[in-house]
Amino acid sequence: MTRSPTLSRRALLRVTAIAGTGFMIGCEDPSVVDDNTNSASDTNTNIDTAPLTFNHFINISTDDTVTVVVKHLDKGQGVTTGLPAIVAEELGARWDQMRWQYSPADSTRYNNLFWGPVQGTGGSSSIANSWKQLRTAGAAAREMIINAAAKEWGVPATEITVSNGKAQHSSGKTASIGELAIAASQITPPTEPKLKLARDFKLIGVNASGKLPRMDSKEKSTGTAQYTIDVKRPNMLSAVMAHPPLFGATVKHVDDTKALQIEGVEHVLTTPRGVAVVAKHHWAALKGREALTIEWDDSAAEKRSSDELTAYLQKVVSEPMTAVREEGDIKKAFNESSKTIEMTFDFPYLAHATMEPMNCVLQLKNGECHIWTGSQVPTLDVGTVAAITGIPPENVHLHVQFAGGSFGRRAVPDSDYVAETAMIAKALGKTNPIKLQWTREDDMLGGRYRPMAHHQFQASLDNKGNLTGWHQRATAQSILRGTPFEAMISGAVDDSLTEGGKQLPYSVPNITVEAAEAEIGVPVLWWRSVGHTFNAYSTEVFLDEIAHASQQDPVELRKKLLTKHPKHKKVLELAADKSNWGSALPSNTARGIALHESFNTVVAQVAEVTLNGDGSYRVNKITCAVDCGIAVTPDVVKAQLEGGIGYGLSATMGEAITLKEGRVEQNNFHTYQPLRINQMPEIDVHIVESNEAPTGVGEPGTPPAGPAVANALRALTGKAITQLPIGPSVTT
Amino acid sequence: MTEFTLNGKTIQYDGDPTMPLLWYVRDLAELTGSKFGCGIAMCGACTMHVNGQATRSCSLPMSALDGATVVTIEGLSTAAGEAVKEAWQEHDVVQCGYCQSGQVMQAAALLATNAMPTDEDIDVAMQGNVCRCATYHRIRTAIHAAAKKLEA
Repeated sequence: MTRSPTLSRRALLRVTAIAGTGFMIGCEDPSVVDDNTNSASDTNTNIDTAPLTFNHFINISTDDTVTVVVKHLDKGQGVTTGLPAIVAEELGARWDQMRWQYSPADSTRYNNLFWGPVQGTGGSSSIANSWKQLRTAGAAAREMIINAAAKEWGVPATEITVSNGKAQHSSGKTASIGELAIAASQITPPTEPKLKLARDFKLIGVNASGKLPRMDSKEKSTGTAQYTIDVKRPNMLSAVMAHPPLFGATVKHVDDTKALQIEGVEHVLTTPRGVAVVAKHHWAALKGREALTIEWDDSAAEKRSSDELTAYLQKVVSEPMTAVREEGDIKKAFNESSKTIEMTFDFPYLAHATMEPMNCVLQLKNGECHIWTGSQVPTLDVGTVAAITGIPPENVHLHVQFAGGSFGRRAVPDSDYVAETAMIAKALGKTNPIKLQWTREDDMLGGRYRPMAHHQFQASLDNKGNLTGWHQRATAQSILRGTPFEAMISGAVDDSLTEGGKQLPYSVPNITVEAAEAEIGVPVLWWRSVGHTFNAYSTEVFLDEIAHASQQDPVELRKKLLTKHPKHKKVLELAADKSNWGSALPSNTARGIALHESFNTVVAQVAEVTLNGDGSYRVNKITCAVDCGIAVTPDVVKAQLEGGIGYGLSATMGEAITLKEGRVEQNNFHTYQPLRINQMPEIDVHIVESNEAPTGVGEPGTPPAGPAVANALRALTGKAITQLPIGPSVTT
Repeated sequence: MTEFTLNGKTIQYDGDPTMPLLWYVRDLAELTGSKFGCGIAMCGACTMHVNGQATRSCSLPMSALDGATVVTIEGLSTAAGEAVKEAWQEHDVVQCGYCQSGQVMQAAALLATNAMPTDEDIDVAMQGNVCRCATYHRIRTAIHAAAKKLEA
């Protein structure tokens, strides 16, 4: 680290010849420029960490293409469109000249700015944390283009603008970004480039002139997009893993005689996480696994059933807890109340059930390791593999692939499936790349669920029907406790238990929110919107119970209680207005509303639900309003809200992981039932116009969907739904 | 020996007769556009056209293929197929994209037999194809758009 920042910056900004195709500015690392699939190691450890980070993010070629280096994983949320859009706007590029490529794993250059020295995708933060970083990068590149043109044309830089991919002078002189790329690459990058004003945005925001088509639409519509499951490497072998049937069980004895007789099966390996079968192809590996006889040691395994776990969670809630929010005097409020309302909620475990079951390709060769996987936290996975293999992290290279969904599943503190692949490769002791592919059953039985939860609520009303007291008590397993992320727990209790409940936006004079962590031997994980999933449901369904008890309209009650949160109120009113809240509906049809803030984005949804005579029901429509700051690519924002709503509906209506004597009872899509097209309502998304910095959209659509539907059903049946999932019908 | 055509090419197969078509296509023929999702014909990610019918290739053994015509997403070039692929892009249907090869194959098979499907027809034809990103309503919109395109 002896190089001066200035020298380092100059070095980074060298012009790099790329195999005769042109030149790129700001490309300090040729491995980023090539196909990034098996490139030379990135050994540039003397990284310049000065704020001129644009040189890590933008490559401009003389063929007039602008390539944005994407530090986040695309798991469907559209970062390969949204992140290039930010650059294109500031640079003044045309959308059709934009390209993208994944960055290598590198927490010094490609860290999530909200997380510190970790490269990662999650918490709906990709656009939000990149916003200023990529605008600055784009603006700096624009100024370099302008200065290059000024020099060439002998005119003042102030008379030059860049738009539609061209630098233009008032005299009529023009040159494309690509034509100026080489000259621009020799300009000293500005330290504080001037950013555009929001009102001057042309490509991004709700007032943009047209939709920016998704960058990944073509490859994903024609079967050419490459996911981890599609990775092909020379001499690659396929692996499957036999996992313990109970969480916490271990291998006691393996008889692999029959498995090794299966044609194509090459190795059976015992690892700390189970027994691996390595074969020429996946089908042979599967047949080999079927032929194994394994004796498991389940002495330390979790053996409880779901009903016992529910009873245990109820017991935790009946015992002393830690207050995470205390305002006013809840005891006094209840003592002086003229009416009290109580309700309890039970939430099941939920599987992420990504369409692509978990997988990883990994190769150990010449003291280096290459990993190909859809990773939400590349630098974490690299660290895990380094620890398992003994290879220094700088020699572990992760090549990020498209992920066939994730919803949090590909951000695992112990890197489960990546760790397994490393263990298999290490146990094998050969240089063959190993592709570990979980089956749907492995994936669904593999734990890392959204935790079960139990919530208890009490509210007090005064003699005028005003809400005077609100008391929530919540328990669930901690997601972070006992993981490398434990230090993120700021108080006595993992925040995920009450997130979204603790921040209840409604003005109630006396509020207490308490929580205690439960201990169960079933591995849990963040699941699209994490603790907001159960807290949005319980708080919003309970609030409708209060509205009913005090004979108030659910929208009017919320408006009355949102005096301190004008943004929430505006979003609520927009959803109510667009749904025609209050207008007449057939007698078997009703609306329900829910409002929730998560990841700094406020979302309100109105569900319109029809109840049939036999108790079955149909969600006809969800009207959704969202304030997410500037909507960089509004159509992608809408898609995320649509998808987030579908994910929330799916869980609320049909999903549950249950256990019988420690064994998970659902192992595939016939028993764990996801939402299908015939259940999908019409969805109408309205984005609040804003000049604030963008906030998350990947998760915030999910939390309000369930309670909006439950509140509509409550309006139809008079009964609140306090146990999820709702199932295909309700009691009328 | 099983003989069939895969995207127009004649294949002679004499391996494990129980191997599902999906794994033959992915691992041995090395065409990876068709995806593995469930292995029990419950999600549709592996959908191919076998003799023109949308078929779950994860549950079809190689022994059942003698004389069959198999088309995967890589070989989909019918008018309906092209219209579906275009409509998918025009409406930016995809999110993670993993299920979409199967969705496109299913939609192309639907339009081959029903030129102007209703929402209900679409629900019936497409409900075997799971999308965890819940792109369903865009799938509906894109199928209608493809139908209109084919009519024109």
